[in-house]
Formats: sequence, structure tokens, C-alpha cells
Amino acid sequence: MSRISRAEVERVAHLARLRLEAAEADAMTRQLEAILGYVAQLEPVDTAGVPATAHVMELATPLRDDVPGALLPAEQAVANAPAPRGTAFTVPRVLDDEAEG
Amino acid sequence: MSTPLPGLGELRARLDAGEVSAQELTAQAFARLDAVEPALHAFLFTRREAALAEAVESDARRARGEPRSALDGIPLALKDNIVQAGEPATCASRILEGYVSPFDATAVARLRAAGAVIVGRTNLDEFAMGSSTENSCRGPTRNPWDPERSPGGSSGGSAAAVAAGVVPLALGSDTGGSIRQPAALCGVTGMKPTYGRVSRRGLVAFASSLDQIGPFARTAADCAALLDAISGHDPRDSTSLPEPPLATSRALTGDVAGLTLGWLREAESVPGVAPGVLAHVREAVAELERAGAKLREVSLPHVPHAIAAYYLIAMAEASSNLARYDGVRYGRRASGGGSLTELYERTRAEGFGAEVKRRVLLGTYVLSAGYYDAYYRKAQQVRTLLRRDFEAAFAGCDAIVLPTTPETAFRLGEKSGDPLAMYLSDVFTVSANLAGLPGVSLPCGLDAGLPVGLQILGRPLEDATVLRIADAYQRRTDHHLARPPL
Repeated sequence: MSRISRAEVERVAHLARLRLEAAEADAMTRQLEAILGYVAQLEPVDTAGVPATAHVMELATPLRDDVPGALLPAEQAVANAPAPRGTAFTVPRVLDDEAEG
Repeated sequence: MSTPLPGLGELRARLDAGEVSAQELTAQAFARLDAVEPALHAFLFTRREAALAEAVESDARRARGEPRSALDGIPLALKDNIVQAGEPATCASRILEGYVSPFDATAVARLRAAGAVIVGRTNLDEFAMGSSTENSCRGPTRNPWDPERSPGGSSGGSAAAVAAGVVPLALGSDTGGSIRQPAALCGVTGMKPTYGRVSRRGLVAFASSLDQIGPFARTAADCAALLDAISGHDPRDSTSLPEPPLATSRALTGDVAGLTLGWLREAESVPGVAPGVLAHVREAVAELERAGAKLREVSLPHVPHAIAAYYLIAMAEASSNLARYDGVRYGRRASGGGSLTELYERTRAEGFGAEVKRRVLLGTYVLSAGYYDAYYRKAQQVRTLLRRDFEAAFAGCDAIVLPTTPETAFRLGEKSGDPLAMYLSDVFTVSANLAGLPGVSLPCGLDAGLPVGLQILGRPLEDATVLRIADAYQRRTDHHLARPPL
């Protein structure tokens, strides 16, 4: 039984903003199929009523006083950007972009 | 020919006695690095001039009688996913080419404050995703015991650098075994602390509920000294435990009398576990019994499902964490025009390697509508069952002993074409991450000339106990002194 189709791999690749070459999509489909086949062993494990563990330590969200602290200067914050302009990041214009889901 | 550096204890004694200077130690580390690096490829970046300048300062402090700590003047390496201000941090990924960190990871800041001399940044599987260091965009690291074999991963560079005597200490990160597995395959001691012991601030995130920074060294005592220096609460990591820095070094009594060890029953029925590995680990456990520890069998019934649960959770978290690499704020950006979406897609297609893409795709899939309950939530429920298994087992023992890996170092290329086979090599290590436990791997002999690792897992927060047992073993044996023929 096929668990994941190539079309589904391509749909997920778009959700993850990854462009796959044709051969890459074929290989990923085969590999994801194998991995999903392996993890299917969890299906029969009886988990009725078992809470999910998102985190091993039961920590409350820490709160602090709302006072400004030292921040990364804007010049440093953009220093690693591939195409900064002043203290801003730049992206291709989006307002003319085709509608994206 | 260069000389490998000895462990921290001997270096500290020689520094304090004035027999050697920090400058000489740093020079020796780089001489050793130059001698072995062509065969190993353990490092991605070195910082010779800066390290030597820091060694000069360390020597001046010692001359004034003001050394800052036991680590002052000691050469040390960082895995290239733990950031240092002014230095690159690529995670062995093309997507972070050219990145220079504007800040120190908290662990790095503490080491610098302690006077440690950071010599460079070590190779890893891209974003720590792998078990062989073959998923590095800069090529694999090789095992000092046999250059045709993998050092393990993902912290393969740190493990190889310590095994080859380039540095006595290194930091790695362990999400599913990435410190303990390469420590085992390279014949050094490596430790994953309890989740939350060491701040994750400045550790590039892979799977945030599992990631933990930890030490590599030649001995458990040296690991303890390094862990003590980097541990303790950090208000800038909201998952950092509200606990003071550890003092595990003081817990190393050499005494295990009265402790009960649990032998993992399931270890013997794991498919692919090598008889030679089991035999060495059994003999190591027998040595601990001769030292006064009691032994009983324990069962963790959900361990056979740990790999499946681990990879689902780790990939889901990775797909979310790696969304930040978009070609806008840092790192590589694909050239050519097009829309913002096309920019994202091309940047990530060019910047990520195959294993990272595989995990991001699978993680996105299991979090997507219609699959969340069947995969991600199910894995989190099995994680709870595994934690309960450990709670039950630790009701009857103080630590669990088992192999670190099912087999000794595998050949480069042996598993790299089969992602699932590579994942299965983590069978003994992922459970500690899922349950947040402290675990140490230490050498317990050679099988056909390759190191075997003994793993000791403890209750949450009992980092000192696993180090104490490992140290007691090393006081009675000399397997940790074996050096690769390099």
C-alpha cells in the first residue's frame, strides 16, 4: 500500500517552500514511503487516554518585568542579511505578486 | 611529529606547576591539528591568532596568581552549531555560508569567562541531522581509529578532535545521541546532560524539545569539569532549569557501592546488535559489580518504538525551526529574479542538503492537516509511555546500563544511501532525549580494533550520578587511555 504519492510530496514541498527537481521528488517519494512504513509500527500501540508529551520538564512560561534591556543594534541585526538596505531587510516586491495560498 | 594533548587533569597540573604555558599548549594543539587534520577533516574553522592572543592573556593571569578557573588556558573546540561572537557558524550547511554570529552562546560566554582558549569549530552533519558526519556540506570527518570509517555523528568533528588529541575538551550537541554515539565510535567520553541543564541560547535549533549541549573529553572527570562550567540557569532560555551551576566534580568519589544498576533486557533483542559490543558492555558492567554495584534486570517495553517516535517528533520540530532560513535575514540567497515565494523555494533548494530536505518534508507532512493526530500526536503519546517506562525502571535502580551503539564504527558510505538504516543506528541513544535524561558514553574496550561504548543513563537531574559511575569505572580500568594509531 502506498502511503504517500509523488503529488503529495510536491504539495508538501510547496508548503515547506522547497523546490524539488524531478529526480529529487522521485527519490524523496521512495524514501518518505519507507520512513512512513517504518513509523507505522506506532499505530497498534495502545495510547487511549495517554497524554501527549510536548516537553519533558513541566516549566511554566517565565515572566519578567517589562523593562527594556540591551538589544542588538539594528546595524548588527542586518549585518548578515544577503541584501540589506540601511537597517532594513529587502525582499522582492510582494504587492504585484501572484496570489499565493 | 606532533604529540597528542593529554587530558584536562594532567594539563592543569602542568600549567599550575609552571612546566608549560597556555601559549605552548595552544601551539601544541595547532601543531597536532596540522598533523592530523589532512587525515581527519575534524574542523571547519580555526582561530589561530585569536586563540594565541587569549593564551597570552591566560598566561598573564596565571603569572599574577589570578587564574579564573580550572579551564583557564585550556584549549577547547566548539561544534559549528554553537555560536561565538565574531566567528562563523555554518552548521555545515550551504545556507549559512558567510554567517558571522553577533553574539556568544551562553555556554560559550561562560567558557570564555572561565578563561578557556577556543581553537576552532568542528564538523557536523548539516544542522546536526545525521549519525555519521557525512551530511556535512564540507565533506565527512574520518574516524581516527580507521580513516575509512565514520566517526559517528552528528558531533563527529568534536569526537574526532578529542580522540586524536588535538584538544582535551570539546562541546557538542545531542538531540538523539549526537554526543554519545560519536563518543562511543571514537573511543572518548561524551555526556548529554539532563534537558535544561545547559542553556540552549546560541545553539542553532534543530529539535527544541530534545536538543542539549554537552561535553566531550578523555575522561568522565574532565567531562564533569566542563559540564560544571557551562551549566546553570539562563534567563534567556525559557526552557533552562531554574537551578544553580552544577558541581558534579565534587561528586566523583570513585565509589559505586550501594548503587543499583539496571541492565536493559531489551538491549539483547535489538536487531543488528553486534555480539562483540554486547560482550564488552557486559564485561564493563561486571567490573562495576566487582566495584560494589548491584545489578538487576530492567525492562523498558516501549524502547522498540523509540526510533519511530523520535524521528517523527524531531522532524516535526526541525521543519518548524528551519523555516527561518529564507534568504532574507541571514545566510545565502538564491540569485535571479522572481517572486518572494520563488526566492524562498530556490534559496532553500540550493542551501539545504538532501537529509535536511528529507526531514523538513517529512516534518511538514506529519504536522499538516489530516496527519497531525496519526503521526505527531501519536509519537508524543508514545513519548509519554516511554517516560513512564523509565519512571518504573528507576524505581528499582539508580542508573541503567546498556550499549551506546549496536555496532562499532561503520564504513563511510555504508549507510549513507539508506536513510532508514542510518536512523536505526540511534536505537540506544534516542530514548534519553525523549525522556530528558542525563546519559554518558565511555570507552569499554576495543572490538576488532574499534572502540565500544558503554552507556549509563540516570534519573532526570542526576547528572552527577552517571558521571560518578563512569568515573569509578575509569579509575578501575584503562580503556579510556587507549589512543588511536594516528
